Amino acid sequence: MPGSSLKLGAAPANPAPHTGFGAPGAVSAGPSTTAPAAESQPWVEKYRPAKVEDVVHQQQVVDALKSAVQGKDLPHMLFYGPPGTGKTTTALAITGQLFGPELRKQRVLELNASDERGIQVVREKIKSFASLAVGSGVAGYPCPPFKVIILDESDFMTKDAQNALRRIIEQYSKTTRFIFCCNYITRIIEPLTSRCAKFRFKPVVLESLTERIEHICGREGVTLEAGALAALATVAGGDMRRAISLLQSTARFNSNVIGAEALYEAAGVVPNSEIEDLLGVCRSGGFSDVERRVREMVCDSYPVAQILLQFQEAVVRAEGVEDLKKAEVCQKLASVDAAVQAGANEELQLLDALGFAHKVFSSA
Amino acid sequence: MSLWVDKHRPRCLDQLRVHSKPARQLQKLLAGGDCPHLLFYGPSGAGKKTLCLASLRELFGPSVEKLRTEQKTWQIQLPSRKIEVELATVSSNYHLEVSPADAGRRDVHVVQEIIKEMAKTRSSTSVFQQQQQQQEQEASLVKPAKCAYKVLVINQVDKLSSHAQHALRRTLEKYSATCRVIFTCTNLSKVMGPVRSRCVCVRVKAPSTEEISELVSEVAGKERKEVPRGLANKIAASSERSMRRALLMLETASLGKLDESQELQLPDWELFIKDVAQEILREQTPKNLYLVRGKLYELLVNCVPADTIFCKLVHELLRKVDDTIKYDIVSTAATFEHRMRLGTKPIFHLEAFVAKTMSIYKEWSISNFG
Ligand SMILES: Nc1ncnc2c1ncn2[C@@H]1O[C@H](COP(=O)(O)OP(=O)(O)OP(=O)(O)O)[C@@H](O)[C@H]1O
Ligand SMILES: [Mg+2]
Repeated sequence: MPGSSLKLGAAPANPAPHTGFGAPGAVSAGPSTTAPAAESQPWVEKYRPAKVEDVVHQQQVVDALKSAVQGKDLPHMLFYGPPGTGKTTTALAITGQLFGPELRKQRVLELNASDERGIQVVREKIKSFASLAVGSGVAGYPCPPFKVIILDESDFMTKDAQNALRRIIEQYSKTTRFIFCCNYITRIIEPLTSRCAKFRFKPVVLESLTERIEHICGREGVTLEAGALAALATVAGGDMRRAISLLQSTARFNSNVIGAEALYEAAGVVPNSEIEDLLGVCRSGGFSDVERRVREMVCDSYPVAQILLQFQEAVVRAEGVEDLKKAEVCQKLASVDAAVQAGANEELQLLDALGFAHKVFSSA
Repeated sequence: MSLWVDKHRPRCLDQLRVHSKPARQLQKLLAGGDCPHLLFYGPSGAGKKTLCLASLRELFGPSVEKLRTEQKTWQIQLPSRKIEVELATVSSNYHLEVSPADAGRRDVHVVQEIIKEMAKTRSSTSVFQQQQQQQEQEASLVKPAKCAYKVLVINQVDKLSSHAQHALRRTLEKYSATCRVIFTCTNLSKVMGPVRSRCVCVRVKAPSTEEISELVSEVAGKERKEVPRGLANKIAASSERSMRRALLMLETASLGKLDESQELQLPDWELFIKDVAQEILREQTPKNLYLVRGKLYELLVNCVPADTIFCKLVHELLRKVDDTIKYDIVSTAATFEHRMRLGTKPIFHLEAFVAKTMSIYKEWSISNFG
C-alpha cells in the first residue's frame, strides 16, 4: 500500500514532552499505564525490582539513593556497567519512589536509544521539558521540587548532542536532574561525566545472584539441583537479566526441577565432548578432518564466539603441549575472535583458527 | 503452484519431525503466556522459519496463517528532514513480519520509528487497525487468541547495524507486556550481547544427512513420486544439510526420471565458482588473473554475496590442492574476507585473494616440480 504513512512520534515542530512512561494519548501501552497481569510478563520484567532496596549487588548506589530519598534531593548521576546489572531498573525505581506512579508521568522524561536523540532533539525536546515549571506534589511520596531526565543507553548519543547537553544541564540544574545510563563510560564526554556522581554497576556475582534467583524460584515453584546455581552464574557472566531469562526458559523447556546440564544446554554452551574432539583433531588429525569438523560445528549452529571461548580453555588445559605452542594458538584465537566481532565470516574465521592450531600442534 | 519447500512445510509444532525436541520445548514455553522474546539462530535451510511459523500457529491458531503481503512505504519525519522507507511486510491479525535490514543504512530509523510504534500500539490502533476490523467480521470463525500480546517477527537481526540493534534494547523491555518479538538470524555472534540477553536464544541446528534423506523421501511420497534410497541419499549428501537446498534439488530432479544414476543439478553460480577455482589452478599469470577477475565481477553483479564466494572458493580449492598449502589458502581467505568488511569494494579483496592464492600455488608447484 504505497503512500500510507504512520503518524510517528512527535515532530520537531511540536516539541511536546513525550514522557517515557505511557506517552500522551491512548495509543501507548507502556507497562506502567496498563498494569498488565503479571502472569503475562516474562520473568525479567515481572521481577524487575520496583524499589531501589531490591536491586542486588550494587550496594554503593543503593545506599546513596536511600539517603537521597530521605533528604529529598538527588545529584546528577551516571550509571555505567555491563548489560543486565540494574542500571535502567535503578533509574526507574528511584523515580518511582520519589514521585509515585502518577506524578512520574509529568516529572520524568525517559529517552533511550530507541528515540532519535540527535542534537536537534536535545535542543528542543529536552530543553522544553527541562524548562517546564514544576507543579505541586502528591501525598504519600517525597515529591522533591525537580524533574528528572533519564538518558538511558546514552553511550549512543552523538558527541554533538552530548555537547549540547552541557549547557542545558547547567542552565536548568535548579529544577532538573539528569540520570545517564550507559555500558561504556568512555563514550561519554568528560564535561558531562564530571558533572555527575558516577556509579559503577558491577557484574552480579554468584552470591548476590543466588539471593535474587532464590527469591524468584520461591515465587515460581522452581527447584534448583546442586550445582545449578553455579552453572547459572557461570553462563550468565554477571548479567542478571540473562540469568533470569535462562532460568525461565530452562524451567519451561524441561521441568520445574532444574539441573546444571539443562542450563548449559539452554545457554547454547558447546558440550565438552565436542570441544575435546576438536582439540583432538587439531592435534592428531589431517587438515581435511579439521575442515570437516568446522563444517559440522557451523551446521550444528554453535556460535563461533562460543566455540572459540571454550576451545581456548581446552587449549590452556591440554596436557603434553608446550607452553609456547599454547601461547601461539591463544594469540591467534584472540585475533580471530576480534575479526568475528567485527563481522567477518564465521566459518572462514573458525577454519583459520583451527587450521592454525593444527599447523602449530603438528609441527615438530 | 508453490514450490515443494513451501508447500510441504509442516505447520504445527507437533507435526515437526526434524527438530521435534525444540518443538516440544517451545510448546511448553509458549503455553505459559509469559513467554520471553525468542531468537532462533541457525544456518540457512535449517528450519528457523518453520519453527517460527509453527510457534505463531501454536499461539494464535490457524487464523494466523491468513497472510497479507504488502510493500509499504513509510514517511519518517526526522528532525532535519523527511525520509521515505519502503519495506515488505507479511502480517496476519496477530502478527507482523519485517526484515528491517532491507532498509540498509536507514535500518536505525526503521527500528526507532516503525518498529517501536508497532510494539507500543495495541492491536486496536494504527498498524493493526485493518486487521482488527477484519477480525471482528470473522469473529465467529476465529478462535480467540489465548494470549494477550501480539508478535513481531524480525528477520535477519544479525544484519542490523549496531545502532539499530541498540535502538531495539529498551523497546524490547518497555513494551513486552503487549508485544513479543521473535527474531531469526544466522550468525548469533553478530547479535550484540544486550539484545541477546533480552531473548531466549533457540539453537536451530541443521538436520543431519540421514534426517534430510528421510525428509526427501517423505516429501516425494506426498507428491506421489518414488525416490530410490540411493538418490535420496545422494541428494542429502550434496544438500549441505540444508532442507531448502535438498527439496529444491529434489523438485528439479523430479522433472527427469528419478533414479540413482541421475546427475544432480547444482545451482549455476556454484558451477561458476567451481570453474573459477579451476582457472586459478590452471594457470598463474597476470593474464589469467585478469580473466578470473571478470568472472568474479559477474558473480557479484548477479548478487552472489561476496563472503559466500570466498567460502565456496576456499572449499573448492581445498579439494584440489596439496595438504601442505591448505592452511595458507585458508588464512589468506580469512584475512582478505575480514578486510573486505572494512572497505566498500568487495572486488578488490576477492582479487587480492585470488592473486595471493595463485602465488602460493605457483611457489608450491615450482618447489615440487621445478
Ligand atoms: N542488580 C539487580 N538486582 C536485581 N535484579 C536485577 C539486577 N540487575 C538486573 N536485574 C534484572 O535484570 C533485568 C534487567 O535489568 P536492567 O534493565 O536494569 O539492566 P541494565 O543494567 O539497564 O542493562 P542494559 O545495559 O542492557 O540496559 C531487570 O528486569 C531485573 O529483573
Ligand atoms: Mg538498560
